Amino acid sequence: MIEVLVKSVIQLILLLLVAPLVTGIIRTLKARLQTRRGPGIGQPYRDLFKLLRKGMVIPNTASWIFSATPYIVFGTAALVGLMIPMTATDAPLSLFGGVLAVVYLLALGRFFLALGGLDTGSSFGGLGSSREMTISAIAEPAMMLAIFTVALSANSTNLSEMARSAVSQSWRFLAPSQILAFSGLFIVLIAETGRIPVDNPATHLELTMIHEAMLLEYSGPYLALIEWGASIKQLVLMTLLVNTFFPFGLSSSWMVSGLSLGLVFYLLKLLLLACCIVLVETTNAKLRLFRVPELLAVAFILGALALISTFLF
Amino acid sequence: MNSLPVGETFALGLLAYTVGAFASLASWRRPALARHLCCGSAVAGAVLEGCAAILGLLQGTPVRWSISSGVPLFAYSFSYDALAGFLNLTLAILVAAVAIYSFSYLKEFEGRRNIGIFGLLFHLLLLSLTIVFTSANAFLFLIAWEVMALAAYGLVTFYHEDPEARRAGLLYIIMAHMDVGCLLLGFALLTQASGSAEFASFHLAAAGLSSSHQAAAFVLFFLGFSIKAGVIPFHIWLPAAHPVAPSNISSLLSGIVIKTGIYGMARIFFDALGVLPAWAGVTVLILGVVSAVLGVLYALMEHDLKRLLAYHSIENIGIILMGLGSALIFRVTGHPQLAAVALIAAMFHTINHAIFKCLLFLGAGSVLHSTGTRNMEKLGGLIRPMPVTAFCFLIGAVAISGLPPLNGFVSEWLTYQSLLAGFGATGGLTRILFPIAGSMLALTGALAAACFVKAFAITFLALPRGAESSRVHEAPRSMLVGMGWLTLACAFLGLGATWFLPVFDAMTEQLLGMRVGASLITSNGLVLSVGTPHGGTVSTAIIGIGLLILLVPTAFLVSRGARRFVRTRGPTWDCGLPGLSDDNEYTATAFSKALRMIFSALYQPRREIQAVFDVSPYYPKEIHFESEIEPTFEKRLYAPLQDLILWFSTRMRAVQAGSVHAYLAYIFITLVVLLILVSRQ
Repeated sequence: MIEVLVKSVIQLILLLLVAPLVTGIIRTLKARLQTRRGPGIGQPYRDLFKLLRKGMVIPNTASWIFSATPYIVFGTAALVGLMIPMTATDAPLSLFGGVLAVVYLLALGRFFLALGGLDTGSSFGGLGSSREMTISAIAEPAMMLAIFTVALSANSTNLSEMARSAVSQSWRFLAPSQILAFSGLFIVLIAETGRIPVDNPATHLELTMIHEAMLLEYSGPYLALIEWGASIKQLVLMTLLVNTFFPFGLSSSWMVSGLSLGLVFYLLKLLLLACCIVLVETTNAKLRLFRVPELLAVAFILGALALISTFLF
Repeated sequence: MNSLPVGETFALGLLAYTVGAFASLASWRRPALARHLCCGSAVAGAVLEGCAAILGLLQGTPVRWSISSGVPLFAYSFSYDALAGFLNLTLAILVAAVAIYSFSYLKEFEGRRNIGIFGLLFHLLLLSLTIVFTSANAFLFLIAWEVMALAAYGLVTFYHEDPEARRAGLLYIIMAHMDVGCLLLGFALLTQASGSAEFASFHLAAAGLSSSHQAAAFVLFFLGFSIKAGVIPFHIWLPAAHPVAPSNISSLLSGIVIKTGIYGMARIFFDALGVLPAWAGVTVLILGVVSAVLGVLYALMEHDLKRLLAYHSIENIGIILMGLGSALIFRVTGHPQLAAVALIAAMFHTINHAIFKCLLFLGAGSVLHSTGTRNMEKLGGLIRPMPVTAFCFLIGAVAISGLPPLNGFVSEWLTYQSLLAGFGATGGLTRILFPIAGSMLALTGALAAACFVKAFAITFLALPRGAESSRVHEAPRSMLVGMGWLTLACAFLGLGATWFLPVFDAMTEQLLGMRVGASLITSNGLVLSVGTPHGGTVSTAIIGIGLLILLVPTAFLVSRGARRFVRTRGPTWDCGLPGLSDDNEYTATAFSKALRMIFSALYQPRREIQAVFDVSPYYPKEIHFESEIEPTFEKRLYAPLQDLILWFSTRMRAVQAGSVHAYLAYIFITLVVLLILVSRQ
């Protein structure tokens, strides 16, 4: 009991600190690739700090749902972060929720975010909510197929078990099924975190925005909570990819030496994945909304092929 | 331990319903009295039946009693076993809520409608439902089944001056009789094989059933029960009939009456037909997937609040069938433990869906009661005048979307686990079916979430649309109590899932000879885990507590810790136009537009826009917009079928000339033919 609490607090601190860092790294890398200087890696921290100290404006039309949403988005993302192995195979809350709970808790956050978008009565909020729910709905089957593939080779939906099984056969990611599942999940990651070619996180243009449209009326601490929650969600999904497919450096215990080594490896793996995301973002243009289903259909087929190849090879 | 008074409590409950039926009919001239008698006796009956169910489940061993009727094959046989007890418990929970709700709800009938007739039909429905779940004789079952269908017909057409209700009632009664016909033939097959109409004798004769007989019986029963449950493609009556009934009845129809189909499948497929071959399970699983996905896709296109909920019933029946189908497949492939987990998933989803669907229909009923419309496009902003209804509806919406930590998540999680296990436990093509079904379940869940974002947000959030919403009021107290009770049940079955799971032990032992409840619960009784050592684990209780632990300090830190926590109210950004009005809001149709485009192959959407211009083509004076989707099943499947039947009946008219002489001749010819046939033997 005490052990679980201590581990949770350590992982929570790690989660809260690393999440804006990853966002900052991605933004900076992207800027450099586009031959811009970029705002610097520390900018997301400065943004959050500033937003948390500002006052805010609540729309006249909004109800308590609007005010509850930031807390729920932040809370679900943070809770999910405690179920996923970051630096040690043994995640603090992994016994209490596996990969299915992770997917559904993130969906709970999304559910309220979409309600918050519609609560303001603005057309932008509705537009964002409608698109977000649509994209996530068609991303879900692809995600579940890829997750099923990993769960079947690990013989569990428990994330710590999945990481442990990956550690025990560390070159498994070279198997065709794992490569296909990874590609499928990578596309889903792009869609779920709202990145080009699905959504553009840097835009406020009504024709293209999805995630930002829902947040349009949020300001101050509420906006900070939602932004922080979104970056934690991004970190969680990236961690899911790096730690279930490439378990290198995952510490098998919660000893300080193992954890610090694990942390170094973890940050390196995140950096590599961030590079992949940045490359995709810079080399692609945003897709038209109605072309996104085709991209996600590719992810679905990759997942299905991954499953079939688990019993062919 | 045969001392618990199960039968006595059960009989008293039946008595309460019977008294309720006649007392409210007798007092029809005094509406207030009739209303109190009707609802009061329903509450009493629900409490008694609930006690009977709890006693029956505690007792563990089935209680049977039988009264001979003197007619061959027919007897008043009842069997109160685990399956019956479980469904009666579900029924009692719903009836308690609906009866309390109706105290205020029926008030608007006073002076306008006959509450006596309503009470009679309502109690007949409850009585027949209770008997359907407990009867142990095929003919008693069929009689109760038929009474249930007729009482439901009377209630569906209760607003009989509405042509829509009459048409829906007609469709319902035709489909209901098709299902009775299938069941009658199925039972005839079984009765012929066993020589008796008792369910127990079917069980004994099951081993001797030839495979062709078994297959024929399976098809007949599956057809019959699927029509009742609203499985696609036999669903067309459901979205027509459920919305037009009074809302307290809609909630029972979608909550429990369609579950009689699920009950029948569990009873007959696992008990009376022996071990069914794998193709039977595969059929159930595939139709489950089809119903789940298509049900939710059609629900998304609805902007009638009650029709939307009715389509979600089809979706959830599909999810239940996924569990049932997997259980059938696991049983024949020799994995009784997995079969038990899958059956628990199906049955758990049955009670969960009953509770949150009943809750949502009661919520929709309050909205209808208060605003007078079911059309979401005319609602909006109801969270301010109706805060409690909105909260209850929100809890129901989160639960039905399968989101943690509420009850829908637990049963969907169990379904996922059994589908996942299916991949390892079976071979050949069946193997690949399971993960595909799992991914379709994921699609269903996400689409359901999208649909309930729409249903809740368009109805309850933002600005009111149109005049109806401006003079609305919160529902009366008894209606709120009824909804609150179901809201609590949703929360309990979600957060306390591990405390509820042992209830299923007796049922899986009865149907599959396997108790898995103990292996499903680990670590201080808080964690749910599927029996296999490496299967997944989850704990909704810890998720709930964890969310609370994270939310409360965050809220405290943000509101108190931040140096300046200033909340000012301001107008929503209106793009610089003067004032935000309800014209700026997203509508239900607009919300589902993206999905309508993506799945246009299914919907075949058609739209018509006519604009009238005054001076400039940039400023239309008025725009007429019409949009509809193709009702595929009605148009492609049922319309040709109807044409065929009409064509056949027109041909038959030649024989039915209307002349008495001709009819006498027919009778004479039939008699002669029969005599020849008899004398031959």
